[in-house]
Amino acid sequence: MKTYGIIAKFDDPSALLHAAEEVRDAGFKNFDCHSPFPVHGLDDAMGLKRSRLGYVIGMCGLIGALFGFGLQTWVHLFEYPMNIGGKPFFAYPAYAIITFELMVLFSAFGAVFGMMYFNKIPRLHHPLFYSEKFCSVTSDAFYVSIESVDPKYDEREVENFLTKIGGKEIEIIKDENEE
Amino acid sequence: MSEAVIKSRAQKNSEELLLGDQTFTTITNDISGVPEQKKAPIQWKLAFALALSLLAVFVGSLGYLIWEGTGIWGVNMPIGWGWAIINFVWWVGIGHAGTLISAILHLFRQNWRNSINRFAETMTLFAVICALIFPGIHIGRIWVAYWFFPVPNQMAMWPNFRSPLIWDFFAVFTYFTVSLLFWYTGLIPDLATLRDRAKTKLKKKIYGFFALGWRGGNRQWQHYELAYLVLAGISTPLVLSVHSVVSSDFATSVIPGWHTTIFPPYFVAGAIYSGFGMVMTLAVAARSLYNLKHIITVNHLDKMAQIMLLTGSIVGYSYAMEFFIAWYSGNQYEKYAFINRALGPYWWAYWTMIFCNVVVPQFYWFKRFRTHVPFLFITSILVNIGMWFERFVIVVISLHRDYMPSAWAMYSPTIWDIAIYLGTFGIFFTGFLLFLRFLPMASIAEVKLVLPESNPHHGEH
Repeated sequence: MKTYGIIAKFDDPSALLHAAEEVRDAGFKNFDCHSPFPVHGLDDAMGLKRSRLGYVIGMCGLIGALFGFGLQTWVHLFEYPMNIGGKPFFAYPAYAIITFELMVLFSAFGAVFGMMYFNKIPRLHHPLFYSEKFCSVTSDAFYVSIESVDPKYDEREVENFLTKIGGKEIEIIKDENEE
Repeated sequence: MSEAVIKSRAQKNSEELLLGDQTFTTITNDISGVPEQKKAPIQWKLAFALALSLLAVFVGSLGYLIWEGTGIWGVNMPIGWGWAIINFVWWVGIGHAGTLISAILHLFRQNWRNSINRFAETMTLFAVICALIFPGIHIGRIWVAYWFFPVPNQMAMWPNFRSPLIWDFFAVFTYFTVSLLFWYTGLIPDLATLRDRAKTKLKKKIYGFFALGWRGGNRQWQHYELAYLVLAGISTPLVLSVHSVVSSDFATSVIPGWHTTIFPPYFVAGAIYSGFGMVMTLAVAARSLYNLKHIITVNHLDKMAQIMLLTGSIVGYSYAMEFFIAWYSGNQYEKYAFINRALGPYWWAYWTMIFCNVVVPQFYWFKRFRTHVPFLFITSILVNIGMWFERFVIVVISLHRDYMPSAWAMYSPTIWDIAIYLGTFGIFFTGFLLFLRFLPMASIAEVKLVLPESNPHHGEH
């Protein structure tokens, strides 16, 4: 079985935060900090770049607004011009609401599906789920995981390193799906 | 910071929004304990039986409506809009609290929302479903309801985008979709918690499927939090737009009593008022049924009552302003419409509305009433009765006196109007009770953020 990586448990959010700084400073790249809720300041402690999701959402919103305005213009000017009470066909102030609604709708889809894309979910199988203890991370536990694909990864050294920075219950995770 | 200070601060925090000695573990256990119950409590079963009966009433009366047509309702000229529109506006209004709590209060960093947002969002979803039913069925031939959608069809026909009725469709439909996405996004970490605690294989698979493989890594939280924040940001103008657009169904017409510019803000305030009323009713019932009084505390109810006081006062101000403008405009039809509201044949509807929406919230000025749970429960129901009558007053009283006295008429609902309205409670409560049974009613991840221990700088010198 291939090794996925090593996990170590930490006591509380502040221990996790300090551990993240240590792991970052030691030069690891493929690692993650797991917690039951978002921990403030962890992005900097892990050295993560700003999420690019905002650009995706912005683009989706722009496309939604253009689509909404374009659809209404096309329908009323070209496809199905209806004279209702002598109102102008290109009644652009009346188009504002549907333009706005579609902008919001498209950005919401962009936010949720973009988040899934960046987070690589749905992914129902993951080597971390083979650990019995890791389950408590969605309740009250805080874990650091360092993956074996990291260029600096060396099983013994990483184990010692995690112990040194205060990690407990260190566990080596095997990927049971891969030979 | 000394130990004693930290301790007293922690105690103060927990006294406000969480009662007792709470840790991350107890919060997980208490909230996920509800859907993990082997057997539902007897009160739940009774309520569910009642909800299913009402659902049967809905299905039956809907079937008859489709078979026979809208002639079974009490609507007739000049009162062309009756209970269907009243109920639609009423349910959409109730649906406003959910997104207000989850989006606007999130942007304002109001931590107290964390205990009630899931609850309110779910209520929103089912309320909007109930609302969406009415425009769908009031058109008569409900098999052509797809004409609302701008889909290419064999008749080469398109909706009229210059009509507020189609704006309304887009607004409510977008609102429903965005609320659903928001609700589900908030649920993902909690579904992962339920997955990791599940005892049976089936439960693990179902919760696991919907949890999408959430692992709680910060590389996930980073994008997740941004997505949540943006959803909150775009839902804020959305929630304010929905009832504004609903109000333009009325305001863009030339009926005295409808043709007013005050409608959008007045409708939005009323919607938030009624939505908080419904959240209050459901929260008081659920927290005592499931012993979650330490998570949804009296303090939460107090804060909700304060918002109801604010929005109720805006509504009361709008009632007064409508009268003032009716007089100030010098328009005789407008003047007559408002005198007729207060003193005409439907005076009882008007004064029920004034009592429930203007008099009742005045009690919320006093902390004693805001923290008296049975009082809050009863008044929150009165609030929604009042808001139903507000829509009755606007729709029926404005229509029943046409410009020509020869076209005047009175309106009364038929048994089918009543059956379909009661039936929507079946949809609402069936859905809501299933939610209470199978999903965490408060956000497990977000409630933990209220604990001082969740801040990594907690306890530093």
